[in-house]
Amino acid sequence: MMKFKKTEETFFKFLMLFSTFIIVAALIVIIISILYKGLPSLSWEMVSQTPKGGYYFGKEGGVLNAIIGSIYLSAGATFLALLIGLPVSLLLNIYLIKQKRIVNTIRFFLDLLWGIPSIVYGAFGFTIMIYFGMKSSLLAGIITVSLFIIPIMVRAMDEVLKNVPMGLMEASFSLGSTKSETSYKVFLKQCSTGLITAILLSFGRAIGDAASVLFTTGYTDNIPTSLNQPTATLPLSIFFQLSSPISEVKSRAYASALILTIIILVISVITRIVSKKYDKHKIKF
Amino acid sequence: MFRRFKDKVSTAWMWICLAIVIILPFLIGAGLIIKSHTIIEKHSLWQLLTTSEWQPLQGKFGFLPFIISSLWVTVIAVLLSGPVCLLTAIFLTQYARSTILKIMHPIIDILAGIPSVIFGVWGILIIVPFIARIAPFFGTEGSGYTIIAGAVVLSVMIIPFILNILIEVFRSIPEELTEASLSLGATRWETIKYVLLRKAFPGIISAIGLGVSRAFGETIAVLMVVGNVIAIPRSIFDPGYPLPALIANNYGEMLSIPMYDSALMLSALILFVVVLIFNLLSRIAIARIENGH
Repeated sequence: MMKFKKTEETFFKFLMLFSTFIIVAALIVIIISILYKGLPSLSWEMVSQTPKGGYYFGKEGGVLNAIIGSIYLSAGATFLALLIGLPVSLLLNIYLIKQKRIVNTIRFFLDLLWGIPSIVYGAFGFTIMIYFGMKSSLLAGIITVSLFIIPIMVRAMDEVLKNVPMGLMEASFSLGSTKSETSYKVFLKQCSTGLITAILLSFGRAIGDAASVLFTTGYTDNIPTSLNQPTATLPLSIFFQLSSPISEVKSRAYASALILTIIILVISVITRIVSKKYDKHKIKF
Repeated sequence: MFRRFKDKVSTAWMWICLAIVIILPFLIGAGLIIKSHTIIEKHSLWQLLTTSEWQPLQGKFGFLPFIISSLWVTVIAVLLSGPVCLLTAIFLTQYARSTILKIMHPIIDILAGIPSVIFGVWGILIIVPFIARIAPFFGTEGSGYTIIAGAVVLSVMIIPFILNILIEVFRSIPEELTEASLSLGATRWETIKYVLLRKAFPGIISAIGLGVSRAFGETIAVLMVVGNVIAIPRSIFDPGYPLPALIANNYGEMLSIPMYDSALMLSALILFVVVLIFNLLSRIAIARIENGH
């Protein structure tokens, strides 16, 4: 009996280790396969030129249009989301701090919003676009993507602001500052690194999502010069190039996938470095 | 005086933002309902959901192949990923040393951050050829662009999502409980089996529920590997055509065919409702667990 117990535990421990290994292996395989396929066709031309004539038949050019387009789109969406998301998270943690019930309900609501698939945001964004008679453009994409990342950003900021001790707020109030001064001058400084992490996280989400921009940004070989122009994005550029039957174009799709992966990894590393410094500038209690 | 004014403006803006965030899901729901109203009026909802003929040019819209494909892909993905996540979560919270946790945290984070299109590329490079190679052993032939390929890619995508919630659930279980069991002479594994898992059961179910809702709405990665053939799949080695792929693939041309855009909006509405229901139930259960302690 004792022996069986021991074997059972060993067996499950083995299974657990194996599961953990699967997860690690999955990530490694993903990154290695993208590197292996993408690296041979990655060149300076890929990241420094827009598609030239005949690019989609294997002729010269690069995906600079998509890289710049993605950065414009994500930066715009992140900015818009910040404009709406930051006040909401400050409201939850300073103005409504005593109304636990309301705060929890709003948090619950945000979690629900977070769960809505990006394709639904895309379809909704498209409907709005048609309703207002807009064409697919950078602006339409920015609005759609910002709707999609607002819940992510608010919840991430909320987690940071939640941990600010009550004492700091009370001290600030007792010195006569208004609620908004406490929010923007005290809390913002106290949590600056955490908030930057939340912004980077949202930016990463925005740059990687394809489904929400599929109908709203359109696609073009040029770098957009105004908000009303359509724009290419990196995920869609990968998607379109990959569906081509020409092998040169396909291998460029892998190179573009590598570029996107590198961007995401760089953001992730920066996030890590920033949050490591998290404690340095904080008032401690 | 000016300070008061600034405070007022800033406070007003905060409330406006909150209102925007709260109204948003209702706006999405309302928008989708209004748009899909046209088709529901013409054909009954029941008929749309239970017939399988999809010929937009002839005005025939049967959603059944898409719904069945979505269900297949989602269920298999969760079946694959659920046990892996559960075992890993137990390992990380009960057995693992802090060094392993320090390594695993960034790995889970990075996996969560990888864009869906990259998962799709990986699926095309690795999973699809692999499925094509093993298919003959199961008595079928094919290109590998199948339901199972979509499910495998999806199962990896939802790992960080389910895993993070499971870890949170296990952490929320008070340590006194497991310590009491250990001090009564139970082994670590017995404690996990009889105390931890029992206590965490509702949480585990909710984590799986959230996984289902995430998997159900995932678009690009699945679309890239699942084959996109409009027919009710009869086995996991058949190609499928899930609902999100239907929306994504047909958006350009839909405006020229009557009712087509309404039909696609209806599929977005179905996605929205299904995901919302799963989310709602799981979140309620999780909130209950967290408040219970």
